[in-house]
Amino acid sequence: MTIAETINQEEEISRALVSQFTNLADKIKIQRARRMWAEVTLENFRPTFEYLVNQLGFAAISTITGLDEGENFGIIYHLNRDGAIVFSLKTSVPKTNPKIKTIIQIFPAADIYERELIDLLGIQVEGLPEGRRYPLPDNWPLDQHPLRKDWHPEALSGGGTTNV
Amino acid sequence: MSEPKLPEIGDVQVPVGPQHPALKEPESFLISLRGEKITAVNIKLGYNHRGIEKACEGRNYIQDMYLLERICGICSHAHSTAYVQAVEEIAGLEIPKRAKYIRTLVAELERIHSHLLWLGVAGHEIGFDTLLMYTWRDREIVLDILAQLTGNRVNYGINTIGGVRRDISKEQIDDVLKALTALEERTKYYIQLATHETTVITRLSKVGMLSHDDAVKLGAVGPTARASGIERDVRRDDPYAAYDELEFKVISTNTNDVYGRTVVRVLELMESYKMSRKALKQLPDGPIAVKAPRRIPAGEAVSRYEAPRGEDMHYVKSNGTDHPERVKVRAPTLANLQSVTKMLEDRYLADLPIVIAAIDPCFSCTDRMIKIADQAAGEKTMTWNELHDYSINWYKKRGIAFK
Repeated sequence: MTIAETINQEEEISRALVSQFTNLADKIKIQRARRMWAEVTLENFRPTFEYLVNQLGFAAISTITGLDEGENFGIIYHLNRDGAIVFSLKTSVPKTNPKIKTIIQIFPAADIYERELIDLLGIQVEGLPEGRRYPLPDNWPLDQHPLRKDWHPEALSGGGTTNV
Repeated sequence: MSEPKLPEIGDVQVPVGPQHPALKEPESFLISLRGEKITAVNIKLGYNHRGIEKACEGRNYIQDMYLLERICGICSHAHSTAYVQAVEEIAGLEIPKRAKYIRTLVAELERIHSHLLWLGVAGHEIGFDTLLMYTWRDREIVLDILAQLTGNRVNYGINTIGGVRRDISKEQIDDVLKALTALEERTKYYIQLATHETTVITRLSKVGMLSHDDAVKLGAVGPTARASGIERDVRRDDPYAAYDELEFKVISTNTNDVYGRTVVRVLELMESYKMSRKALKQLPDGPIAVKAPRRIPAGEAVSRYEAPRGEDMHYVKSNGTDHPERVKVRAPTLANLQSVTKMLEDRYLADLPIVIAAIDPCFSCTDRMIKIADQAAGEKTMTWNELHDYSINWYKKRGIAFK
């Protein structure tokens, strides 16, 4: 498959998505062959996400990336289509009310990626069943989230031993 | 992990791990048993979490490359390549073709050593230790070659942002070709063994079943997915390095069991030999690296890589400085572990070691953090320098002097 052919496919996907969600017009970025990006608000996230999964064939999720962006948390869902085109759909939540809804009804395997958001950034995931935490140890303080930009190992009473 | 199932009355709970002879690395599987049958599996991960993602934010791009390479001692090239590819994409660097080929060659040699290592472990788990001895002996051939090409047996340090650090000479090419011939002969024997040896077939068939639908639903990747009929391989579907110029067959089967995972891996070895030869034959002339800026312009990129265990994914976000804003790693084992619970459901306890081994788990990759000592519980913490001095003194006391 040549690069031109794949670009074509990506543009078709982009068009299909825009025809359904007009607010996304000119907002879908094709960074290179097989890499698509878009950002949506939290309320538009679910319908866009479900449309990508159910209608446009992005039936697999590679992972979820959480970002500390100052006032907000950014959450990027990396979906892929037949293992080739990666669509990174981003949404964000304010730090004052960092709540998102779980996607495990669609991707049961995303459970572990959502637990990472909880432990490392302190994002609350509604609808995720009780379960063992990941990846931090069971005795790790619940209010310490290491991937937050303002977190330093000294914040722990025992003191960190790494020079982060 | 998934919701812990409570044991029913009469069930016996057996903790396998975090430290257990059946596991090569720390991870906890809490098994509920009714008689010999497994009724529930609760997995707890994170024992190897070292905070590498956080550490990356405090280091520059080059330092991060060496740090990320140390996520895993088996597929180290997978992580460093996935990372540099993302950085190169953000910086808009077009790396020389020769560098792409060298990366691909090291990647395939790494897959060869990883699959041979797995085959040995699998042999060991089913009580076939001769196979372990054979494969690990043969694995030395490829490790020697990797050491010759890169200077290291593992954690090769061949990558740099903008290309590779070492060129490959005519003599080295000859040595690699010789090694590939030797390995190919041995692998033919392993294929014969895997497909004809009755004890191997009987022990592995219908063990650790994972149906095609479950594999899709649970997001399995790599040989685990390919043995459940998911014909997916990042090298072909989302080509990187020089893979778009190397034809190869994506090996898959529909047996859905450990036997299938074995066959997929041994046949993949043959494909790797073919690809390595082809890469050497087509190796273009020219420079091996382009100059990369220290500061990477603001941007973000997703990079994927078909590691020996499956899709390895890195996300890098830059902010215009020489430190990344965020690095995210998703190693293949994290995607595959979700399937293990399914594979073990209603199976015999005796199958547990080989079923876990069959996804070729790499928990170091999966977990990526920080040692926290609870001083109230009497645990001691040490700084890096203290640990360094402590170890020097430890040896001094025993009459071994360090400068």
